[in-house]
Amino acid sequence: MGQSLQKGNNMRFARPETAHEAAGLIAQEIGLVRILSGGTDVMVQLKAGLVEPALIVDIKRIPGMRTITPEAGGFRIGAAVSGAELGEHAEVRALWPGVVEGAELIGSTQVQGRATMAGNLCNGSPAADAVPGLVAANAVARIMGPNGERDCPIADIPAGPGKTTLAKGEFLTSIFLPARPARSGDAYLRFIPRTEMDIAVAAAAVNLTLDAAGVIIAARVVLGAVAPTVRLVPAAADTIIGSKLDEAALAALSAACSAACSPIDDKRGTIEFRTQVAGVLAKRAALIAYSRAGEKK
Amino acid sequence: MKSIHVSTTVNGDAVEFICAPDESLLDVLRNRLGLTGAKEGCGTGDCGACSVTLDGRLVCSCLVLGAEAEGSSVGTIEGIADGDTLHPLQQSFIDHAALQCGICTPGILVAAKSLLEKNPDPTDTEVRYWLAGNLCRCTGYDKIIYAVQDAAKKMRSA
Repeated sequence: MGQSLQKGNNMRFARPETAHEAAGLIAQEIGLVRILSGGTDVMVQLKAGLVEPALIVDIKRIPGMRTITPEAGGFRIGAAVSGAELGEHAEVRALWPGVVEGAELIGSTQVQGRATMAGNLCNGSPAADAVPGLVAANAVARIMGPNGERDCPIADIPAGPGKTTLAKGEFLTSIFLPARPARSGDAYLRFIPRTEMDIAVAAAAVNLTLDAAGVIIAARVVLGAVAPTVRLVPAAADTIIGSKLDEAALAALSAACSAACSPIDDKRGTIEFRTQVAGVLAKRAALIAYSRAGEKK
Repeated sequence: MKSIHVSTTVNGDAVEFICAPDESLLDVLRNRLGLTGAKEGCGTGDCGACSVTLDGRLVCSCLVLGAEAEGSSVGTIEGIADGDTLHPLQQSFIDHAALQCGICTPGILVAAKSLLEKNPDPTDTEVRYWLAGNLCRCTGYDKIIYAVQDAAKKMRSA
């Protein structure tokens, strides 16, 4: 009859109704705990025997986990909101198109039906497609843990391949996308050797704000898949702040991004390739963000 | 391992089953409910052969725990035909010979039905992107695209 993914373990499954209940369950557990939201990473890890949790905590029944709520001119995205649900939300897409396009690049239609930005973040991949856009957007994670709730910038969560700064017993309950000034735009681009369903070889997200004359007055530039974590590059943002994204500024942006890369060499891309492509992608993403902010280029 | 009792709906029928905490929805469907239309290809969400709908959303049933189906509504290939009358997509796949070995076909039909419910008049490119998570090693995909488009056309004029 039915079979377990792993023979002979004693995994338990819990479906708490509140974040406090979930935090309590996790705090009491002596063994390994895995949070189940979309499951598109956790289920693969279970199947492969990479993790053998004592307890799986499905957080999808907790109120707010699957909803997108307007808040202070921005949006609070529940930790279990899927890529498909996010993509269908016209207002979030209009406010933060670069964040949504990053999240939508994760996996197939089937994977989009379940995969979440919070899960993409907590999985800790340096190539996570949802994360550069969130960091560029200055998004903030709301985290529940044994000591209650806290807010933390998304930028401070990745700690290395497969690692985050979340403390034991902590889990995300939502991600807050802030309001943004008029004449702002963001964009995310990645390179993959095919057209769909692959892991980024290099990636870049750019978020910028223009003044009335089309001069960039604020920018955040973030690279993916070219360092042990997604990397915020203030030096790259500095190259375009004060410019109208002219050729010289774009060249300086590209050079600053390439200089910030410390990628691995693997079968999907060499160090030299990733380093160069990250600069090119940043330039192209900046141009898209610029036009989304309302200026033709 | 403590078994879990689950009450759910499958293809519109109320269903109850007992499963292990780490048992996938795919294994529940195939091994406990006798619904063997969904196939296990990769078991890791890459091939789409196990595609079903969960609360109307297309998912890989290998990436869902059986326990998660509690209180949900699951749709499988077995629920697509209306009695002995095939769904237009099923008929179209036969008419266009859009399958060879057939292992990927149930997943592709479930995925294509989900596409046409959302977008009754997709472009070829939209069909290809939507079905990018359904791998087929036999057909070369062209006949699948023709079959989906022909079914879409018939469903629009029905």
